[in-house]
Amino acid sequence: MAEFLTKSRARNIFYGGSIFFVVIFIALTVHSHRYIVTTSTAGMPLSEAVAHGKEVWERNSCINCHTLHGEGAYFAPELGNVMTRWGVMDDPEGAYEILDAWIEAQPSGIEGRRQMPYFELSEEDKRGLAEFLRWADQTDTQGWPPNDAG
Amino acid sequence: MKYQSQQVAYAYFVAAMALFAVQVLGGLTIGWVYVQPNFLAEIFPFHIIRMVHTNALIVWLLLGFFGAAYYMVPEEAEREIWSTKLAYLQLAIMIIGTLGAVIGYGFKVHGGREFLEQPLWVRFGILVAAVIFLINISMTVLAGRKTAITGVLLMGLWLLSLLWIFSFINPDNLSLDKMYWWFIVHLWVEGTWELVMASILAFLLLKLTGVDREVIEKWLYVIVATALFTGILGTGHHFFWIGLPGYWQWIGSIFGALEIVPFFLMMSFAFVMVWKGRRNHPNKAALLWSLGSATIAFFGAGVWGVLHNMHGVNFYSHGTQITAAHGHLAFYGAYVAINLAIITYAMPLLRRREPYNQVLNMASFWLMTGGMAFMTFTLTFAGVIQTHMQRVLGYYYMEVQDELVLFYVMRFIAGSSVVLGALLFIYSIMVVRKREIIDAGPANPAPTTSETVAGE
Repeated sequence: MAEFLTKSRARNIFYGGSIFFVVIFIALTVHSHRYIVTTSTAGMPLSEAVAHGKEVWERNSCINCHTLHGEGAYFAPELGNVMTRWGVMDDPEGAYEILDAWIEAQPSGIEGRRQMPYFELSEEDKRGLAEFLRWADQTDTQGWPPNDAG
Repeated sequence: MKYQSQQVAYAYFVAAMALFAVQVLGGLTIGWVYVQPNFLAEIFPFHIIRMVHTNALIVWLLLGFFGAAYYMVPEEAEREIWSTKLAYLQLAIMIIGTLGAVIGYGFKVHGGREFLEQPLWVRFGILVAAVIFLINISMTVLAGRKTAITGVLLMGLWLLSLLWIFSFINPDNLSLDKMYWWFIVHLWVEGTWELVMASILAFLLLKLTGVDREVIEKWLYVIVATALFTGILGTGHHFFWIGLPGYWQWIGSIFGALEIVPFFLMMSFAFVMVWKGRRNHPNKAALLWSLGSATIAFFGAGVWGVLHNMHGVNFYSHGTQITAAHGHLAFYGAYVAINLAIITYAMPLLRRREPYNQVLNMASFWLMTGGMAFMTFTLTFAGVIQTHMQRVLGYYYMEVQDELVLFYVMRFIAGSSVVLGALLFIYSIMVVRKREIIDAGPANPAPTTSETVAGE
């Protein structure tokens, strides 16, 4: 490496530059936080049912088979747009009914098919989960996924 | 080994190796579930085993880093560790927390943010352990010689511990949750962990090649500078499709692509130092792991990362088997291999022996690396087909998965090779065989003890 770059200069560039990028990152984070709250997720109120649904989602570790907005395990279908796929995005009652029927039908037990376990959920849990997935679906995700297949 | 207290590293490495075995066996099991989906579906469903697989990986890598720090810092600072009692207490907390979490998962007690599924008390225990560690190591460094290697190592470990605080922040708003979740996941593996990796690599090259410390440490600063300059804003490549502003598509594409630079530099660094080095160190296996780690990290984290980093590409490939391919090779090259490198280097010294079982150890390198490379190719091809069928043609997820079975069979075979290699590695490190000791070679032989290196 060139002679002008001494160890102490390299060190100063490291510390100075890192602080510079941290400051930019924090500024953009503040802006993004506000953008999420006021714009990209503002299409539907974050109701108690949605918050409860998120708890149900986490308590049952759905993310370790499914993806949500493309993040998670890749063992089971994307759920960020599942309500669109089911055609019940604007129909809370329909969303609950179809989700309820799905959950209660598991596991399929079919040989050679991936098995979704049976999760014991109350009606409140399932209504919450349906609302949570509708809430996730209405998020402005810059047009992703490319099609309804998710 | 020059300092008595370096001995604590031994306990950390043993615990790490036990979890390493759990991790790869868990991975092999879910690899088989992809082939035979009914396997264990009722008793241990996929999501439970996957949590064991990922959590065991993260904890053993951290234990390896802690062990590496306890090994390196006394030699660098020229001091005994401030308190060995605290070091063992920290390990005990980590082990109790890990056992508690894993047993809990078996009874379906867990959270549901990916990788952060540990119950609150375990996450709190990890925080306490991290604080104990930071105090212990910082006191040691402050009392002794301050080098760039310990400076960068400490900075990496301090920052990663601070970022852990975000594991306690879980907003009801899913998009906010995801954004702050990446503050741990991304800023660990594509930021602070790179600092730890680079400093371990620098330490190993210093010992193995005998190149002048000034040269090594200058490289180290340049590497970690590029790591943070690219990695911090590179977080943006995770912000494309989770409800964040559109400008992240450009910031993430540009800085994310540049994240290959520190990995290219680490690979160049490793080879240039070996070429320049005057030493013929007897621990050939440690050298193989050091060079291997830097090289595979460049391909796994660097090349396979850039492959699907640009937002125009990622729009189609996001959340497919391509991501799985990248994740496996990146973690293996960057963090598994660097841990196995320092363990391979330090274990003989901790046991006060000549380097032992080197042929077995090197065989395990090729079994694991070959298996991981084949797994990566397999999953990449599966991911390309998945991307085309699902994202372009619009076939439903399960229809597409049914077409990928052949790839999952090949992935299982590749995974078997990785597991075989991992178990062989653990055997070669834990069981000393009398038969197999290699001479340093005639040219510029270096002592096997960790005496101060020429040029210091």
